[in-house]
Amino acid sequence: MRARVKLPASARQGEVVTVRTLASHPMHTGYGRDMQGALVPRHIVSEFICRYGGGEVFRAQFGPGVAANPFLEFQLRAVESGNVTFTWRTDRGAELVIERHLQVT
Amino acid sequence: MIALLLLAAAPVSGYAFLGPETQALQDDEFANPGYLWVERGAALWEEAGCAACHDLTNINAAAYPRYDAATERLINLEGQINRCRMRTGEEAWAWESEPLLALTAMLANRSHGAVIEPAPDARTTPFLAAGRAFFHQRRGQLDLSCADCHERYAGARLRGERVSQGQTNGYPAYRLLWGSLASTHRMFRWCNEAVRSEPYPLGSPEYVNLEYFLRHRGRGLTVETPAVRR
Repeated sequence: MRARVKLPASARQGEVVTVRTLASHPMHTGYGRDMQGALVPRHIVSEFICRYGGGEVFRAQFGPGVAANPFLEFQLRAVESGNVTFTWRTDRGAELVIERHLQVT
Repeated sequence: MIALLLLAAAPVSGYAFLGPETQALQDDEFANPGYLWVERGAALWEEAGCAACHDLTNINAAAYPRYDAATERLINLEGQINRCRMRTGEEAWAWESEPLLALTAMLANRSHGAVIEPAPDARTTPFLAAGRAFFHQRRGQLDLSCADCHERYAGARLRGERVSQGQTNGYPAYRLLWGSLASTHRMFRWCNEAVRSEPYPLGSPEYVNLEYFLRHRGRGLTVETPAVRR
């Protein structure tokens, strides 16, 4: 799993910033078939969590109906300088964590 | 859409046949999932040590497929990448494998916005003719040629979709149906199967000739790789 994250490097105190994420994942529903006709077992990103300022600020749960390469866009209010961490978890327990610094002025 | 039908003779990118949401997805460099492959391709370029021989600024992906004097036939970008792999003692990547798609997409993306203008080359004449013949050859249980849908009925509706001209300027493109980047050859195979004909293998000379003919047919269009297609 790979992912792209886009958020501004700095923001003013109290400013609402937009965060965009795009994870690279095939999101196999468990009903699809491969080139040889064999069933592809279910394998999806099941959870996304964003932490900032010492707490969880955004969480999403995905089901098998979500398309491949899930894209998310949400807003955060910039309160203090610190790291914003993004975590994707698959239903097989794999985890991807990306961390970005947000400078608040 | 009526304008598109009237313009059927002039090349129109598949982009024009998309809905506004899909166009917006293609135009958004962050949200367009095709860029996941472009990024991976850039990393592979470094990992595989391509830079040891090649200067990225000298590579013109838009010039492929081109005539290859060694084999006396056409070679496309994927074929060229695999030839380099084998020349350096590596194993060739499977057609439609992730690394091959990624590297192809990265190289094609470097020509983003370039106008497709195949250089005249007398040696390619028989291959161009073969590609054109393939395009007009009826095939399969449905007895349809590429031209039947993509020329005669381009712009018309087929079930819920708008039939495009079958232009290749956005390939490799992210296909929403597959949730993956896809090469022109995978599209050819899919189209061949859709008219219930036996598809050719990916990378076969028949498909490379068709790919070459489509480059000529789409001259004047700009490269959109990685495009988003339904």
